[in-house]
Amino acid sequence: MRTVHTDLPATRRLILRGAGAIALTGLGIMSFGIAPVFAAANDKYPDDAFKQKGAADAIKSLYGRTAEPSDKVKLDAPEIAENGAVVPISVTTTLADVTSIAFLASENPNALAAVYRIPPGTLPNVANRLKMAKTCDVIVIVEAGGKLYSATKEVKVTVGGCGG
Amino acid sequence: MRRHRMTIRRRDLLKLAGAAALAGGAPRLARSADNSGVYDLERFGNARILHMTDTHAQLLPGYFREPSVNLGLGTMQGQPPHLVGRAFLDRFGIKPDSADAYAFTSLDFEKSAARFGKLGGFAHLKTLIDRLRNDVGPGRSLLLDGGDLWQGTGLANIMQGAHMVEAANLLGIEAMTGHWEFTYGEDALRRNLERFKGEFLAQNVYLTDEAAFNDAKAFDPATKRVFKPSMIKEIGGHRIAVIGQAFPYVPIAHPKRFTPDWTFGIRDEELQKLVDGLRNNDKVDAVVLLSHNGMDVDLKLASRVRGIDVILGGHTHDAVPQPVPVTNAGGITLVTNAGSNGKFLGVLDLEVARGRVSNVRYRLLPVFSELLKPDAAMAALIEKTRAPQAAVYAEKIATADRLLYRRDNFNGTVDQLICDGLRTQLEAEIALSPGFRWGSSFLPGQPLTMEDVLAETAITYPETYVQRMTGTQIKDALEDVCDNLFNPDPYHQQGGDMVRVGGFIYTCTPAEGIGRRISDLKLGNGRAIEAGKTYKVAGWASVNEQKGIPVWDVLARHLGGGKPPDGRNTGVTLRGVDGNPGIAG
Repeated sequence: MRTVHTDLPATRRLILRGAGAIALTGLGIMSFGIAPVFAAANDKYPDDAFKQKGAADAIKSLYGRTAEPSDKVKLDAPEIAENGAVVPISVTTTLADVTSIAFLASENPNALAAVYRIPPGTLPNVANRLKMAKTCDVIVIVEAGGKLYSATKEVKVTVGGCGG
Repeated sequence: MRRHRMTIRRRDLLKLAGAAALAGGAPRLARSADNSGVYDLERFGNARILHMTDTHAQLLPGYFREPSVNLGLGTMQGQPPHLVGRAFLDRFGIKPDSADAYAFTSLDFEKSAARFGKLGGFAHLKTLIDRLRNDVGPGRSLLLDGGDLWQGTGLANIMQGAHMVEAANLLGIEAMTGHWEFTYGEDALRRNLERFKGEFLAQNVYLTDEAAFNDAKAFDPATKRVFKPSMIKEIGGHRIAVIGQAFPYVPIAHPKRFTPDWTFGIRDEELQKLVDGLRNNDKVDAVVLLSHNGMDVDLKLASRVRGIDVILGGHTHDAVPQPVPVTNAGGITLVTNAGSNGKFLGVLDLEVARGRVSNVRYRLLPVFSELLKPDAAMAALIEKTRAPQAAVYAEKIATADRLLYRRDNFNGTVDQLICDGLRTQLEAEIALSPGFRWGSSFLPGQPLTMEDVLAETAITYPETYVQRMTGTQIKDALEDVCDNLFNPDPYHQQGGDMVRVGGFIYTCTPAEGIGRRISDLKLGNGRAIEAGKTYKVAGWASVNEQKGIPVWDVLARHLGGGKPPDGRNTGVTLRGVDGNPGIAG
């Protein structure tokens, strides 16, 4: 959400504001991890994937295969979280035919944080906030054209203080 | 510290200092304002940018000892700014025992302080700045401040930096960015900026989503940038862009309650777009980043962002005499850092051609107050500003019985006193004190006043605390701060030094990862600190709101009590850093 620039149409800004309030359904921009339940209304809720401890197991449970890193997946996350309880993480991608986007925090008790189903014709841009237990990799998986792509960034979670 | 009210007056101290200098055979008497040829700079280029940073509101000349420990690890080992002592002199070709050696290193600090005197002071800085600007003529120079201008003294704290805005205006600062400025909160910051005649630039401060939704004030609601990100100044017929980069971790290093509506970060992608826009759309001839990132962060940033000619850096208080060239996909970016406390003035002379900088000369000039005649207008402003508090601040509390300083990765004698004070005044077994890099130095025999106590402690969250912590929590706190200092990725460093401790000793292995750097925690009585046992811990400068008495009162009471420093319970054993030129031998 922070990478919004003036060249974007005004409507996009309004949408983003909506996302800040709670969520606009059907636009693929939703908050707080409750949204996937609604977005995936036609699919079975990925109960098993959310119960997995590690990131690899969660991805395997969710998709049944592994992802390859792609520079077409732009992950925006802070270097150091200002508040580990609400870390703003967003992703945009230029990949075509995106069908889902998943967010994982590798060291959280359950790594999978959110999965978004992206209906056809929707901009594949998702911004949300993750609660992070400690410093770890944030992994985003984009499912596009039946393949899996990923981007990873380490986000530091610190108790803070003692700055020069 | 001895309780000391009468025996040594200030005049006596000056005499003693003079005597020491004569004993050393130094030509101190020859140093005077008439002998300031050292500031006659050869003319070069067509645009002069003067850079000051991290003065920490030190209006008067003072002593500031540079670090004897400033470790760099991995690829940063032995690289500027991680050089101290002899290694520093060798690297930059500075003569031992010279005035420059005194200004830039901690070598023979006490002896040299007596020879070369105090540095900085805004009246002296004003004289130097005016002279360097007059040398190049009108319209050919620019004066920039890198932030931490409004904080660092008792006066700054009660004035919330307002008097520093007056000083900045008189000095002629044309643009600044910020760090501690933010700790006065948005209202005070905006009040000050209304009166500031220059620009406050920060490309990396944005409204939070909630604040944006509630239409909080922003320079540009579309991008959510809170402040103007950059300005363009025409110098000598060329267009020079200055971009501001505020300290990226304000809400992490300080209580978030001061800046609830704002979110920070390094934001190098946004910075790249800004640079590209200035180059491609605004057709500027040069781009300068006025940065409060800290030098290691700036060095990494320079390797990633294209199109910046020079980064004028601060925050880490590194006095680096020569710029470090960094290669990136767009060419070369020079990275500087200009020290602290008003000790130095950076002079960047650029030869600007159409669309590019063809040549550069940089100097970091020590501001020797004895070589500069104080500017009368600035001296009058300083006196007027200080007058209401002068009597209170002049009260002598004690006399320094040793060199007092703070700047070092692990220890500082000032912090040892603060830790002693916290433990004795608040009756705690253990004390923790932040590793700030600001704070004046004092020579043995120098009287200490309330103003001096405040110069080590004046922040907007000075409240002390006493709490029970388990051995595990104490170790984790140390690990967390140590990672801010030694994380191999500079973007994961916040600046500042290691938290200071009292009541126990420990071993630190800086090259390890988080969770493995801190070991062998032992109380003063030699007993190991146990993971599951709880200890009574006193501290200050917590990012969580606290209610205890301000730390300056704790320190003043402790100094006034005349207890000698407790040297038994301090000390950090360093492992794996043998031969590192970031430790003075």
